[in-house]
Amino acid sequence: MTAFTPLHALLGGLLIGSSAILLLWLNGRIAGVTGMVTGLLVKPSAEQAWRLLFLLGLIGGTALYGLFAATPTPQRLGFPTWLLIAAGLLTGYGTAQANGCTSGHGVCGLARFSLRSLVATGTFLAVAMLSTYVMRHLLGLST
Amino acid sequence: MNGMATLRNLAALVSGLVFGLGLSLAQMTNPDKVLNFLDITGHWDPSLLLVLGGAVVLSTVGYALVFRRRVPLWDSLFHMPQALAIDKPLLIGSALFGIGWGISGYCPGPAIASIGLGNSEALWVVPSIVAGAALQRWSHDRQPADID
Repeated sequence: MTAFTPLHALLGGLLIGSSAILLLWLNGRIAGVTGMVTGLLVKPSAEQAWRLLFLLGLIGGTALYGLFAATPTPQRLGFPTWLLIAAGLLTGYGTAQANGCTSGHGVCGLARFSLRSLVATGTFLAVAMLSTYVMRHLLGLST
Repeated sequence: MNGMATLRNLAALVSGLVFGLGLSLAQMTNPDKVLNFLDITGHWDPSLLLVLGGAVVLSTVGYALVFRRRVPLWDSLFHMPQALAIDKPLLIGSALFGIGWGISGYCPGPAIASIGLGNSEALWVVPSIVAGAALQRWSHDRQPADID
């Protein structure tokens, strides 16, 4: 069980929105993590440095928060490793095929009124809810 | 590397930092919090809705202002996604992603971000996400006649 944290959620969301605006305003780019990852999988080019730097910033921002936060982010223990791998493969394959995930379609796509992104976001949210329901309440595989 | 490219790299780094701080502050790096949002039949935690809502509302306003410019500040054009079609790959890919997200509680951003927490789950999830994405690109490249 986790508590509803509206203030932190909203502030966090505003920071994510600020990040997306910054990247569009300065570089004319979409802040989509899937695009960053798939952009790094092609043959090396000058276009890859900024993608790598964004991802390093993402890790660095989280590390900074971890260093200074009053309450550490709890770590989940005992979640089956094979499920993490299976879920990761599905997530990686699916986001590459749909050309976007929660950031690219869910935030940036909706912000630029992309119908494609709206359909993608509705689909992955609905399927994820179903998937969590099956995992927790039908199979009892996660708590 | 010219000066403009250096500025763009700096912008990407700062943008990533802010993104990571936002995800962390919102506790989206905690997969239980994400799953407790997705599990609407359990002890529902609506936090993620406010994260997404806050991000979308602010960036909708911000994007509208930015698009009043002809070009970005440090580049010669806006690099916008060109695909418009609502096709099978979009729907199937999004559904596969939804299955994975609903199992682990990690979408790609928080998964990569949680490397910064020294989270041991990231050691499994992140390479799997990268492998899945690489597999998709590889299998797609092998079918040049495939229209999508």
